[in-house]
Amino acid sequence: MARWGMVIDLDRCTGCGACVAACKVENNVQVVSPAEGERGRRMHWLRLLVEARGEYPHVEVRIAPNLCMMCENPPCTKVCPVHATYRGEDGLVGQIYPRCIGCRYCMAACPYSVKAFNWGSPEWPEALLSTLNPDVSMRPKGVVEKCTFCYHRLQLGREKARAEGRPLRESDYQPACVHSCPADAMTFGDLDDALSPAAQLSRSTRATRALEHLGTEPRVFYLEKRDAPL
Amino acid sequence: MRRFEPDSTRDETLFRPIEQTGARFYLTVSVLVAIILFALVMYTRQVVLGLRVTGMMQPVTWGFYIVNFVFFIGISHAGTLISAILRLTQAEWRRPITRMAEVITAIVLAIGALHPILDLGRPDRVMNVFLFGRLQSPLLWDVTSISAYFAASTVYLFLPLIPDIALIRERGKKHRWLYTFMSWGWQGTPEQWKVLTRAINIMMIVVVPIAVSVHTVISYIFAMTLQSGWHSTIFGPYFVVGAIFSGIAALFVAMIAFRSAFRLQAYLKLVHFQQLAKLLLAMSILWTYFTFGEYLTGYYGGEPEEMKTLLYKVAGRYAPLFWTMVVCNFVVPVVLLSSRRLRTIPGILVSSITVLIGMWLERLIIVVPSLENPRMPFPGRIYIPSLTEISLFTGALALFALGFVLFSKFFPIVSVWEVQEGRALGKEETVERVESYLPDDEVSHAGA
Repeated sequence: MARWGMVIDLDRCTGCGACVAACKVENNVQVVSPAEGERGRRMHWLRLLVEARGEYPHVEVRIAPNLCMMCENPPCTKVCPVHATYRGEDGLVGQIYPRCIGCRYCMAACPYSVKAFNWGSPEWPEALLSTLNPDVSMRPKGVVEKCTFCYHRLQLGREKARAEGRPLRESDYQPACVHSCPADAMTFGDLDDALSPAAQLSRSTRATRALEHLGTEPRVFYLEKRDAPL
Repeated sequence: MRRFEPDSTRDETLFRPIEQTGARFYLTVSVLVAIILFALVMYTRQVVLGLRVTGMMQPVTWGFYIVNFVFFIGISHAGTLISAILRLTQAEWRRPITRMAEVITAIVLAIGALHPILDLGRPDRVMNVFLFGRLQSPLLWDVTSISAYFAASTVYLFLPLIPDIALIRERGKKHRWLYTFMSWGWQGTPEQWKVLTRAINIMMIVVVPIAVSVHTVISYIFAMTLQSGWHSTIFGPYFVVGAIFSGIAALFVAMIAFRSAFRLQAYLKLVHFQQLAKLLLAMSILWTYFTFGEYLTGYYGGEPEEMKTLLYKVAGRYAPLFWTMVVCNFVVPVVLLSSRRLRTIPGILVSSITVLIGMWLERLIIVVPSLENPRMPFPGRIYIPSLTEISLFTGALALFALGFVLFSKFFPIVSVWEVQEGRALGKEETVERVESYLPDDEVSHAGA
């Protein structure tokens, strides 16, 4: 079975935020009022992580898309009391919204802070109603959600391949963020397929993973900048 | 087995609050009920609108509810554990104290266990914990351990209550049917005394490991994650020590309140306070030792993410709260309780109140700063509780007080038969016990 993973090239990433917008629209992620947003209730499955690294005079601003790392050894699924977040057969970490009791233990346990909570009921402005994606289920108030690697696209891709009587190809399944990246900074594919560009890039000497020392084994790789000070 | 007959005509002071109801009782109850009703309204609003009515947000996804959960469950260790240890060690001065300690446990445990439910985004799905429960989750360990503790401590409260209920039944001044029912046919026969003593002895031993397990697994909620400031091996014993520490402080406050409200000066004497105060002092020093060990190892190792949280607590935004905690939990109790001159009832009251404040701050300082400093940079925000969270906190405190007041309306807050047993047999037993410690030849000398 394919081991789906992502490689993000920080040399190519311009920090434009196209992936953030694409993710939000693709996955019907709740839009909160500006006032609520100011109170820290903004919801993202993918956000841009901006940090200053290094010490003067060797300072670099590092901008990196931050999304669910799809850990091979996820700290969040371990602590869930009701099996509402779990690691599926294909190794992708999923959420069962109708089962989640909203204790937010998985959020406290995730070292990457990528899980989002529905602090209130989703309210959709008239203009956004028509943009809702029918392939992605809506989440009620009080449950935790997070990036699924656009799992619905994998399901659609599988159906398409089956209908055409051929095996699934990488081009059948690309998450919305990867699809939308104008700088081609994100590469998605089977990390076990030696011919896949994603697998090849993940073995690059520039490849790192976030908080690697914790042993969570993320499936999201970052290619650090060539001229990074660190 | 030696027998003695509890006397329902003695110790009038202990029965008076049950049989006479004054205006003060109704006033207290109405005020407490009003506070609880307000909290109930605020909670209903939270259920309707969602958790956005709280001050929690990303990345501080746990706030007052979890802090108070840990705090209240900690208080519950006052009781049963202290009462069990005092019984086990046959401390004669325990007699007027144990009942109150056991009541604290039963009430505060029920209130504490409610808090994770207040915190749920979907309280309507709380049954999922039983339907789909994963025993690998520390939350399930909590559910298991707290239910066991609640069951054990209510039994442990009820057993020594039976002879007292029978005494009220004999006096026959109030709700005869209730006390007849609740005394379960107690006649005080030698056989019944034997069974009761045996049952109490079994329960006091069973209760100790369960109590220790409760706060250990509560600490595991935090310690089992990888978060900085939480992932620590000493959290289990550290939490247990803190729990007993805050529990004794709560017990003192209850003792002092009932002593003055029910005029129990003859029963709760200075010596009782001074004996228990030594335990409070010991726990204060033990707590300080654990805190020192926890922070020094974190600091010396200097792991960057660990350091960020640690400095945030001791020298950053949380520093005022952190050092207030140190003053409340260490400086005040050590100063007031080590000197015989200051170890008076007002001195003990002051140190108990500061310990309660300090231990509440300790729970806050454990839960929130770690969440405010996630390993991955997150736009920094500080957690400020909303009116909803504050009103549910005061509601919980009021519920605790109400539970105590109602209990004392129906049952003696000081164990009547145990006090009488102390009078009848305690002195003799103690003399015998002390004699048995003496070297054999001395005893035979005396005999010869």
